[in-house]
Amino acid sequence: MTKRQNRMVFVALLIAGAILAIYLLLQALGSNTNYFFSPTEVVQGKAPIGKSFRLGGLVVDGSVKREGMKVNFDVTDNTNSFSIEYVGILPDLFREGQGIITTGSLSRGTFVATEVLAKHDENYMPPEVADALKNSSNK
Amino acid sequence: MWKWIQAFASPQNFYVTSKKIIPWFLYPCIALCVVGVYGALFVVPPDYQQGETYRIMFVHVPSASMSMFVYFIMAVASGIGLIWQIKLANVVAKVSAPIGASFTFLALLTGAVWGKPMWGTWWVWDARLTSELVLLFLYLAYMSLGNAFDNPKTASKASAILAIVGLINLPIIKYSVEWWNTLHQGASISTVEKISKPAIDGSMIWPLFVMFVAFGLMYGALMLMRARDEMLIREQNTRWVKSIFKEAP
Repeated sequence: MTKRQNRMVFVALLIAGAILAIYLLLQALGSNTNYFFSPTEVVQGKAPIGKSFRLGGLVVDGSVKREGMKVNFDVTDNTNSFSIEYVGILPDLFREGQGIITTGSLSRGTFVATEVLAKHDENYMPPEVADALKNSSNK
Repeated sequence: MWKWIQAFASPQNFYVTSKKIIPWFLYPCIALCVVGVYGALFVVPPDYQQGETYRIMFVHVPSASMSMFVYFIMAVASGIGLIWQIKLANVVAKVSAPIGASFTFLALLTGAVWGKPMWGTWWVWDARLTSELVLLFLYLAYMSLGNAFDNPKTASKASAILAIVGLINLPIIKYSVEWWNTLHQGASISTVEKISKPAIDGSMIWPLFVMFVAFGLMYGALMLMRARDEMLIREQNTRWVKSIFKEAP
Protein backbone atom coordinates (compact mmCIF):
# COMPACT_ATOMS: atom_id res chain seq x y z
CA MET A 1 0.00 0.00 0.00
CA THR A 2 1.13 3.49 -0.72
CA LYS A 3 1.25 6.06 2.05
CA ARG A 4 -1.81 7.78 0.65
CA GLN A 5 -3.83 4.54 0.69
CA ASN A 6 -2.67 3.98 4.24
CA ARG A 7 -4.08 7.33 5.22
CA MET A 8 -7.37 6.56 3.43
CA VAL A 9 -7.75 3.36 5.43
CA PHE A 10 -6.94 5.32 8.59
CA VAL A 11 -9.70 7.84 7.91
CA ALA A 12 -12.20 5.08 7.02
CA LEU A 13 -11.41 3.23 10.27
CA LEU A 14 -11.76 6.47 12.20
CA ILE A 15 -15.28 7.03 10.82
CA ALA A 16 -16.28 3.38 11.34
CA GLY A 17 -14.99 3.47 14.92
CA ALA A 18 -16.87 6.66 15.70
CA ILE A 19 -20.13 5.25 14.29
CA LEU A 20 -19.73 2.02 16.30
CA ALA A 21 -18.94 3.90 19.53
CA ILE A 22 -21.96 6.17 19.19
CA TYR A 23 -24.23 3.26 18.23
CA LEU A 24 -23.20 1.31 21.35
CA LEU A 25 -23.57 4.42 23.50
CA LEU A 26 -27.10 5.07 22.24
CA GLN A 27 -28.05 1.42 22.72
CA ALA A 28 -26.81 1.60 26.31
CA LEU A 29 -28.69 4.80 27.02
CA GLY A 30 -31.91 3.31 25.61
CA SER A 31 -35.06 5.18 26.57
CA ASN A 32 -33.12 7.50 28.89
CA THR A 33 -32.49 9.74 25.89
CA ASN A 34 -36.23 10.34 25.52
CA TYR A 35 -37.18 13.70 26.92
CA PHE A 36 -40.66 12.56 27.99
CA PHE A 37 -43.02 9.57 28.25
CA SER A 38 -46.38 9.31 26.47
CA PRO A 39 -49.52 8.40 28.48
CA THR A 40 -49.48 4.91 26.86
CA GLU A 41 -45.88 4.32 27.98
CA VAL A 42 -46.88 5.28 31.52
CA VAL A 43 -49.85 2.85 31.42
CA GLN A 44 -47.45 0.13 30.19
CA GLY A 45 -45.32 0.78 33.27
CA LYS A 46 -42.29 2.19 31.43
CA ALA A 47 -42.19 5.36 33.54
CA PRO A 48 -40.39 5.35 36.90
CA ILE A 49 -42.81 5.04 39.83
CA GLY A 50 -42.35 7.23 42.89
CA LYS A 51 -39.85 9.40 41.03
CA SER A 52 -40.26 12.59 39.09
CA PHE A 53 -40.55 12.12 35.30
CA ARG A 54 -41.87 13.98 32.26
CA LEU A 55 -45.22 13.25 30.66
CA GLY A 56 -46.09 14.58 27.19
CA GLY A 57 -49.24 14.64 25.10
CA LEU A 58 -52.10 16.74 23.78
CA VAL A 59 -54.38 18.75 26.09
CA VAL A 60 -57.88 17.22 25.76
CA ASP A 61 -60.51 19.63 24.38
CA GLY A 62 -62.84 20.90 27.11
CA SER A 63 -60.82 19.37 29.96
CA VAL A 64 -59.15 22.55 31.27
CA LYS A 65 -60.60 23.69 34.61
CA ARG A 66 -59.10 26.69 36.38
CA GLU A 67 -59.49 27.50 40.09
CA GLY A 68 -57.38 30.55 40.86
CA MET A 69 -53.77 29.50 40.25
CA LYS A 70 -54.69 25.83 40.20
CA VAL A 71 -55.32 24.20 36.81
CA ASN A 72 -56.69 20.73 36.09
CA PHE A 73 -56.61 19.23 32.61
CA ASP A 74 -56.28 15.92 30.78
CA VAL A 75 -53.40 14.94 28.49
CA THR A 76 -53.82 12.26 25.81
CA ASP A 77 -51.90 10.50 23.04
CA ASN A 78 -55.25 9.45 21.49
CA THR A 79 -54.96 6.01 23.12
CA ASN A 80 -54.68 6.71 26.83
CA SER A 81 -55.10 9.86 28.86
CA PHE A 82 -54.01 11.19 32.25
CA SER A 83 -55.45 13.94 34.42
CA ILE A 84 -52.92 16.56 35.44
CA GLU A 85 -52.90 19.00 38.31
CA TYR A 86 -50.71 22.09 38.20
CA VAL A 87 -50.31 25.26 40.23
CA GLY A 88 -48.48 28.08 38.47
CA ILE A 89 -48.14 30.15 35.31
CA LEU A 90 -48.76 28.40 31.98
CA PRO A 91 -46.74 29.25 28.81
CA ASP A 92 -48.25 31.34 25.97
CA LEU A 93 -48.83 28.36 23.72
CA PHE A 94 -50.82 26.41 26.34
CA ARG A 95 -54.34 25.80 25.02
CA GLU A 96 -56.74 22.94 24.40
CA GLY A 97 -55.50 20.61 21.67
CA GLN A 98 -51.88 21.81 22.16
CA GLY A 99 -48.99 19.42 22.73
CA ILE A 100 -47.43 19.93 26.16
CA ILE A 101 -44.74 18.37 28.34
CA THR A 102 -45.08 18.34 32.13
CA THR A 103 -42.62 17.40 34.85
CA GLY A 104 -43.99 15.82 38.01
CA SER A 105 -44.96 12.53 39.58
CA LEU A 106 -47.98 10.23 39.90
CA SER A 107 -50.09 10.52 42.98
CA ARG A 108 -53.24 8.36 43.23
CA GLY A 109 -53.96 8.31 39.50
CA THR A 110 -53.33 12.04 39.05
CA PHE A 111 -50.12 13.46 37.67
CA VAL A 112 -49.06 16.33 39.92
CA ALA A 113 -46.98 18.66 37.75
CA THR A 114 -44.26 21.01 38.96
CA GLU A 115 -43.59 22.43 35.47
CA VAL A 116 -45.65 22.72 32.26
CA LEU A 117 -43.93 23.38 28.91
CA ALA A 118 -45.78 23.90 25.62
CA LYS A 119 -44.52 21.88 22.67
CA HIS A 120 -44.79 23.62 19.35
CA ASP A 121 -45.41 21.55 16.20
CA GLU A 122 -43.75 22.03 12.82
CA ASN A 123 -46.77 23.81 11.25
CA TYR A 124 -46.67 27.53 10.53
CA MET A 125 -49.53 29.48 8.90
CA PRO A 126 -51.23 32.88 8.99
CA PRO A 127 -54.40 33.18 11.17
CA GLU A 128 -56.66 33.45 8.09
CA VAL A 129 -55.37 30.16 6.70
CA ALA A 130 -55.85 28.49 10.09
CA ASP A 131 -59.46 29.77 10.19
CA ALA A 132 -60.12 28.57 6.66
CA LEU A 133 -58.74 25.11 7.53
CA LYS A 134 -60.91 24.99 10.65
CA ASN A 135 -64.04 25.97 8.73
CA SER A 136 -63.48 23.43 5.99
CA SER A 137 -62.91 20.63 8.50
CA ASN A 138 -66.08 21.56 10.43
CA LYS A 139 -68.28 21.28 7.33
CA MET B 1 -10.13 17.70 -13.65
CA TRP B 2 -7.50 16.53 -11.16
CA LYS B 3 -4.90 18.82 -12.69
CA TRP B 4 -7.34 21.72 -12.66
CA ILE B 5 -8.03 21.15 -8.96
CA GLN B 6 -4.34 20.96 -8.19
CA ALA B 7 -3.69 24.14 -10.14
CA PHE B 8 -6.48 26.02 -8.37
CA ALA B 9 -5.49 24.70 -4.96
CA SER B 10 -1.92 25.93 -5.23
CA PRO B 11 -1.52 28.62 -2.56
CA GLN B 12 -0.48 31.34 -4.97
CA ASN B 13 -3.26 30.72 -7.47
CA PHE B 14 -5.83 30.51 -4.70
CA TYR B 15 -4.69 33.85 -3.31
CA VAL B 16 -5.11 35.54 -6.70
CA THR B 17 -8.34 33.80 -7.82
CA SER B 18 -10.20 34.05 -4.50
CA LYS B 19 -9.87 37.83 -4.56
CA LYS B 20 -11.96 37.85 -7.73
CA ILE B 21 -14.52 35.40 -6.35
CA ILE B 22 -15.19 37.11 -2.98
CA PRO B 23 -17.33 39.99 -4.37
CA TRP B 24 -19.63 37.42 -6.04
CA PHE B 25 -20.39 36.06 -2.58
CA LEU B 26 -20.28 39.27 -0.56
CA TYR B 27 -22.56 41.66 -2.47
CA PRO B 28 -25.40 39.19 -3.22
CA CYS B 29 -25.19 38.17 0.46
CA ILE B 30 -25.72 41.75 1.68
CA ALA B 31 -28.57 42.34 -0.81
CA LEU B 32 -30.33 39.08 0.11
CA CYS B 33 -29.90 39.75 3.85
CA VAL B 34 -31.65 43.13 3.46
CA VAL B 35 -34.47 41.62 1.35
CA GLY B 36 -34.82 38.58 3.64
CA VAL B 37 -34.87 40.51 6.92
CA TYR B 38 -37.31 43.09 5.52
CA GLY B 39 -39.59 40.32 4.26
CA ALA B 40 -39.34 38.40 7.52
CA LEU B 41 -40.09 41.39 9.77
CA PHE B 42 -42.54 43.47 7.72
CA VAL B 43 -44.03 41.54 4.81
CA VAL B 44 -45.02 38.01 5.86
CA PRO B 45 -48.15 37.58 8.03
CA PRO B 46 -47.98 36.57 11.73
CA ASP B 47 -48.45 32.92 12.75
CA TYR B 48 -51.87 31.65 13.89
CA GLN B 49 -50.46 30.37 17.21
CA GLN B 50 -47.17 32.12 17.89
CA GLY B 51 -48.12 35.57 16.61
CA GLU B 52 -45.07 37.71 15.85
CA THR B 53 -42.59 35.62 17.84
CA TYR B 54 -42.19 33.03 15.07
CA ARG B 55 -40.23 35.61 13.03
CA ILE B 56 -37.13 34.52 15.01
CA MET B 57 -37.10 31.39 12.85
CA PHE B 58 -35.92 33.39 9.82
CA VAL B 59 -32.57 33.75 11.58
CA HIS B 60 -32.71 30.64 13.76
CA VAL B 61 -33.32 28.01 11.06
CA PRO B 62 -30.67 29.23 8.57
CA SER B 63 -28.12 29.59 11.42
CA ALA B 64 -28.84 26.08 12.63
CA SER B 65 -28.54 24.52 9.19
CA MET B 66 -25.37 26.51 8.45
CA SER B 67 -23.89 25.35 11.77
CA MET B 68 -24.16 21.80 10.44
CA PHE B 69 -23.25 22.60 6.83
CA VAL B 70 -20.05 24.41 7.88
CA TYR B 71 -19.08 21.47 10.10
CA PHE B 72 -19.61 19.12 7.17
CA ILE B 73 -17.36 21.26 4.93
CA MET B 74 -14.79 21.48 7.75
CA ALA B 75 -14.71 17.70 8.22
CA VAL B 76 -14.55 16.94 4.48
CA ALA B 77 -11.75 19.51 4.02
CA SER B 78 -9.96 17.95 7.02
CA GLY B 79 -10.24 14.50 5.41
CA ILE B 80 -8.93 15.77 2.06
CA GLY B 81 -6.10 17.57 3.86
CA LEU B 82 -5.26 14.42 5.80
CA ILE B 83 -5.27 12.02 2.84
CA TRP B 84 -4.06 14.11 -0.10
CA GLN B 85 -2.18 16.70 1.98
CA ILE B 86 -3.49 19.67 0.04
CA LYS B 87 -2.55 22.90 1.82
CA LEU B 88 -5.72 24.68 0.76
CA ALA B 89 -7.93 21.96 2.32
CA ASN B 90 -6.20 22.33 5.70
CA VAL B 91 -6.58 26.11 5.51
CA VAL B 92 -10.29 25.88 4.60
CA ALA B 93 -10.92 23.51 7.52
CA LYS B 94 -9.09 25.73 10.00
CA VAL B 95 -10.71 29.03 9.04
CA SER B 96 -14.22 27.51 8.83
CA ALA B 97 -14.29 26.58 12.52
CA PRO B 98 -14.85 30.05 14.07
CA ILE B 99 -17.51 30.82 11.43
CA GLY B 100 -19.35 27.56 12.15
CA ALA B 101 -19.05 28.14 15.90
CA SER B 102 -20.65 31.58 15.43
CA PHE B 103 -23.58 30.09 13.49
CA THR B 104 -24.01 27.45 16.21
CA PHE B 105 -23.97 30.08 18.94
CA LEU B 106 -26.50 32.19 17.02
CA ALA B 107 -28.80 29.16 16.59
CA LEU B 108 -28.64 28.35 20.32
CA LEU B 109 -29.16 31.99 21.32
CA THR B 110 -32.13 32.65 19.01
CA GLY B 111 -33.61 29.30 20.03
CA ALA B 112 -33.44 30.23 23.72
CA VAL B 113 -34.99 33.64 23.08
CA TRP B 114 -37.86 31.95 21.21
CA GLY B 115 -38.18 29.13 23.72
CA LYS B 116 -38.81 31.33 26.74
CA PRO B 117 -42.17 32.80 25.58
CA MET B 118 -43.27 29.78 23.50
CA TRP B 119 -42.23 26.72 25.50
CA GLY B 120 -41.98 28.48 28.84
CA THR B 121 -38.25 27.81 29.29
CA TRP B 122 -34.91 29.08 27.95
CA TRP B 123 -33.32 25.67 27.85
CA VAL B 124 -34.13 21.98 28.25
CA TRP B 125 -31.80 18.99 28.00
CA ASP B 126 -33.67 17.29 25.15
CA ALA B 127 -31.85 15.42 22.38
CA ARG B 128 -31.97 18.25 19.77
CA LEU B 129 -30.77 21.04 22.06
CA THR B 130 -28.11 18.91 23.71
CA SER B 131 -26.67 17.61 20.41
CA GLU B 132 -26.51 21.17 19.03
CA LEU B 133 -24.64 22.24 22.19
CA VAL B 134 -22.25 19.32 21.64
CA LEU B 135 -21.65 20.74 18.14
CA LEU B 136 -20.60 24.06 19.69
CA PHE B 137 -18.20 22.22 22.01
CA LEU B 138 -16.80 20.27 19.03
CA TYR B 139 -16.03 23.54 17.24
CA LEU B 140 -14.38 24.97 20.38
CA ALA B 141 -12.37 21.79 20.92
CA TYR B 142 -11.30 21.80 17.25
CA MET B 143 -10.07 25.38 17.55
CA SER B 144 -8.22 24.80 20.84
CA LEU B 145 -6.59 21.63 19.52
CA GLY B 146 -5.47 23.45 16.36
CA ASN B 147 -3.89 26.17 18.50
CA ALA B 148 -2.18 23.73 20.85
CA PHE B 149 0.64 22.89 18.40
CA ASP B 150 3.39 25.18 17.18
CA ASN B 151 3.85 23.23 13.95
CA PRO B 152 0.91 23.92 11.60
CA LYS B 153 1.27 20.45 10.00
CA THR B 154 0.90 18.63 13.32
CA ALA B 155 -1.93 20.97 14.27
CA SER B 156 -3.80 20.23 11.02
CA LYS B 157 -3.36 16.49 11.46
CA ALA B 158 -4.56 16.38 15.08
CA SER B 159 -7.52 18.67 14.57
CA ALA B 160 -8.50 16.86 11.34
CA ILE B 161 -8.93 13.63 13.29
CA LEU B 162 -11.19 15.41 15.79
CA ALA B 163 -13.25 16.98 13.00
CA ILE B 164 -13.78 13.61 11.28
CA VAL B 165 -14.77 11.80 14.49
CA GLY B 166 -17.17 14.65 15.33
CA LEU B 167 -18.91 14.19 11.97
CA ILE B 168 -21.02 11.49 13.63
CA ASN B 169 -22.82 14.25 15.57
CA LEU B 170 -24.44 15.68 12.40
CA PRO B 171 -26.95 12.85 11.73
CA ILE B 172 -27.68 12.79 15.47
CA ILE B 173 -28.64 16.49 15.41
CA LYS B 174 -30.66 16.07 12.22
CA TYR B 175 -32.63 12.99 13.29
CA SER B 176 -32.79 13.68 17.06
CA VAL B 177 -36.36 14.96 16.65
CA GLU B 178 -37.39 11.70 14.94
CA TRP B 179 -35.43 9.15 16.97
CA TRP B 180 -36.44 10.47 20.40
CA ASN B 181 -39.27 12.36 22.04
CA THR B 182 -38.02 15.93 22.19
CA LEU B 183 -39.45 19.27 23.21
CA HIS B 184 -38.08 20.69 19.97
CA GLN B 185 -40.52 20.35 17.05
CA GLY B 186 -39.86 18.16 14.03
CA ALA B 187 -38.59 19.37 10.65
CA SER B 188 -40.91 21.70 8.69
CA ILE B 189 -39.21 21.52 5.28
CA SER B 190 -36.14 19.30 5.31
CA THR B 191 -37.62 15.82 5.11
CA VAL B 192 -38.33 13.76 1.99
CA GLU B 193 -42.12 14.23 2.20
CA LYS B 194 -41.99 17.88 3.22
CA ILE B 195 -39.51 19.24 0.69
CA SER B 196 -42.31 19.49 -1.91
CA LYS B 197 -45.06 20.28 0.60
CA PRO B 198 -43.58 22.26 3.52
CA ALA B 199 -45.43 22.55 6.84
CA ILE B 200 -44.93 26.31 6.60
CA ASP B 201 -47.65 28.15 4.67
CA GLY B 202 -46.62 29.40 1.20
CA SER B 203 -47.25 33.04 2.09
CA MET B 204 -44.65 33.08 4.88
CA ILE B 205 -41.89 30.78 3.65
CA TRP B 206 -40.08 32.85 1.00
CA PRO B 207 -37.90 34.97 3.36
CA LEU B 208 -36.65 31.71 4.84
CA PHE B 209 -35.26 30.59 1.46
CA VAL B 210 -33.78 34.05 0.88
CA MET B 211 -32.05 33.85 4.27
CA PHE B 212 -30.78 30.31 3.55
CA VAL B 213 -29.03 31.56 0.39
CA ALA B 214 -27.81 34.74 2.14
CA PHE B 215 -26.25 32.76 5.01
CA GLY B 216 -24.65 30.32 2.55
CA LEU B 217 -23.08 33.21 0.65
CA MET B 218 -22.02 34.81 3.95
CA TYR B 219 -20.09 31.67 4.85
CA GLY B 220 -18.50 31.61 1.38
CA ALA B 221 -17.35 35.21 1.62
CA LEU B 222 -16.08 35.04 5.22
CA MET B 223 -14.35 31.70 4.66
CA LEU B 224 -12.50 32.92 1.54
CA MET B 225 -11.42 36.17 3.26
CA ARG B 226 -10.09 34.29 6.27
CA ALA B 227 -8.47 31.61 4.08
CA ARG B 228 -6.51 34.28 2.16
CA ASP B 229 -5.09 35.68 5.40
CA GLU B 230 -4.28 32.25 6.76
CA MET B 231 -2.59 31.28 3.50
CA LEU B 232 -0.34 34.36 3.63
CA ILE B 233 0.69 33.54 7.21
CA ARG B 234 1.48 29.92 6.38
CA GLU B 235 3.35 30.78 3.18
CA GLN B 236 5.16 33.82 4.58
CA ASN B 237 8.62 32.46 3.74
CA THR B 238 7.88 31.63 0.11
CA ARG B 239 8.97 33.67 -2.88
CA TRP B 240 5.45 34.54 -4.11
CA VAL B 241 4.38 36.04 -0.78
CA LYS B 242 7.59 38.04 -0.53
CA SER B 243 7.15 39.32 -4.07
CA ILE B 244 3.61 40.55 -3.24
CA PHE B 245 4.92 42.61 -0.36
CA LYS B 246 7.83 43.95 -2.40
CA GLU B 247 5.43 45.22 -5.06
CA ALA B 248 3.35 47.04 -2.51
CA PRO B 249 4.56 50.61 -1.91
